[in-house]
Amino acid sequence: MPEQTGTEATRTIPKLPATPGQTIGPFFEYALPYAKDGELVPQARPGALRLHGTVYDGQGDPIPDALLEIWQADEDGTIVQEPGSLVRDGYTFTGWGRESVDNTGSYTFTTLNPGATKPGSAPFIAVVVFARGLLNKLHTRVYLPEDTAALAQDPVLSALPEDRRDTLIATRESSGDLLWDIRLQGPGETVFLSFAEA
Amino acid sequence: MADETFDDSHVVVSSEAAADSQASLSAEIEAVHRSYQDGLAGGAAQETQPRIDFAPYRSSVLRHPTKDLHHADPETIELWSPAFGHRDVHELESDLTIQHNGEPLGERLEVRGRVLDGDGHPVRGQLVEIWQANSAGRYIHKRDQHPAPIDPNFTGAGRCITGADGSYEFTTIKPGPYPWKNHYNAWRPAHIHFSIFGTDFTQRMITQMYFPGDPLFALDPIYQSITDQKARDLLVARYDHDITTHEWATGYNWDIVLSGSNRTWMEDEDAE
Ligand SMILES: [Fe+2]
Repeated sequence: MPEQTGTEATRTIPKLPATPGQTIGPFFEYALPYAKDGELVPQARPGALRLHGTVYDGQGDPIPDALLEIWQADEDGTIVQEPGSLVRDGYTFTGWGRESVDNTGSYTFTTLNPGATKPGSAPFIAVVVFARGLLNKLHTRVYLPEDTAALAQDPVLSALPEDRRDTLIATRESSGDLLWDIRLQGPGETVFLSFAEA
Repeated sequence: MADETFDDSHVVVSSEAAADSQASLSAEIEAVHRSYQDGLAGGAAQETQPRIDFAPYRSSVLRHPTKDLHHADPETIELWSPAFGHRDVHELESDLTIQHNGEPLGERLEVRGRVLDGDGHPVRGQLVEIWQANSAGRYIHKRDQHPAPIDPNFTGAGRCITGADGSYEFTTIKPGPYPWKNHYNAWRPAHIHFSIFGTDFTQRMITQMYFPGDPLFALDPIYQSITDQKARDLLVARYDHDITTHEWATGYNWDIVLSGSNRTWMEDEDAE
């Protein structure tokens, strides 16, 4: 893992106003996706699994024009700093991937279970969501369901009411795959995160 | 017509929205802005980002969270970004005018700027992606039905990796404004979509760069979803005659500032 160079104590106060975000719009499909964008590892690699699900709007209808990105540690909990995400060689795990949902709002990443990045911490994958109709990016996390003791102690999850907490925990399927839906609005609305900056 | 509300999607408001005039849409925008101004006068904080709950942009109605974002301290993986490099992006990918056999139609542009963190430190060696309509306002996208010509010499997508000083540079053509279906006679101001990574994944962003003095600014609910004029201005590039090149291309400058990094910046970070 690269050396951690920042801590909460060394946060700096922004001096420049941040550039505002804008919606990704409807016409990203020919520009942002690329070959094997959602295949962080080849399907045949030992430990490869599917992280999949559907993105829904406030009426429970699938959103056919969202783009998701995931960013995660490897199976040992190591944060990888290797280039090659855009030109995958099939061997290098870069930890990052991108998927645009299909016409039914579904997405599929092929990846590995992330390891815990700190001893005893709950392993999770960082997720960012973009969509037509969504005026700015949304950050969230998807946690592995197994380590219930670590999940119970996780600072983000433990601050949430139980029904909301569950929106951040994937379901493990008998195949070993992870199922995780995203609801932008309405019943079961996914918890989205804002991050401390200062 | 360029379709920002797909005909086959479930956008409940699209049919009524088609009947909304620009005047009534503009009145809705004005009402939101007025209440923001009143709030400011009452001591509310200045807004720096678009509202995600902004009804004048009809497609946002069912696509924004209604619960507050959960405030979190970024942890481990969120304090890092994926690494990209010249293995990922070829140098020529930053020139959108050489992707085909001929020259694209339109005004040739150089767009240049820097990607900075909130402290003004350069974001080095990171990925910048752009996409845009052609000079007639048409995207190479199967769902763009705007009856404007496709340019066989222009795709409209490019990438680059920022330099040691956070700089990026693209050669392209000026995109045209285009109509969409948000309301009757709705037109987007000319823009280039930008996708940017920082040093921390928390800084990941997608936005749009606009051109100075566009007459469509006041009418556009996407641009106006940023309620604060100073914040909106940050999306408008500056014409820069020093970037303009003799008998070749006009030049624009646009710097992108990401939310403050949680990492301590080190002078020799990329020294190796
Ligand atoms: Fe656009």
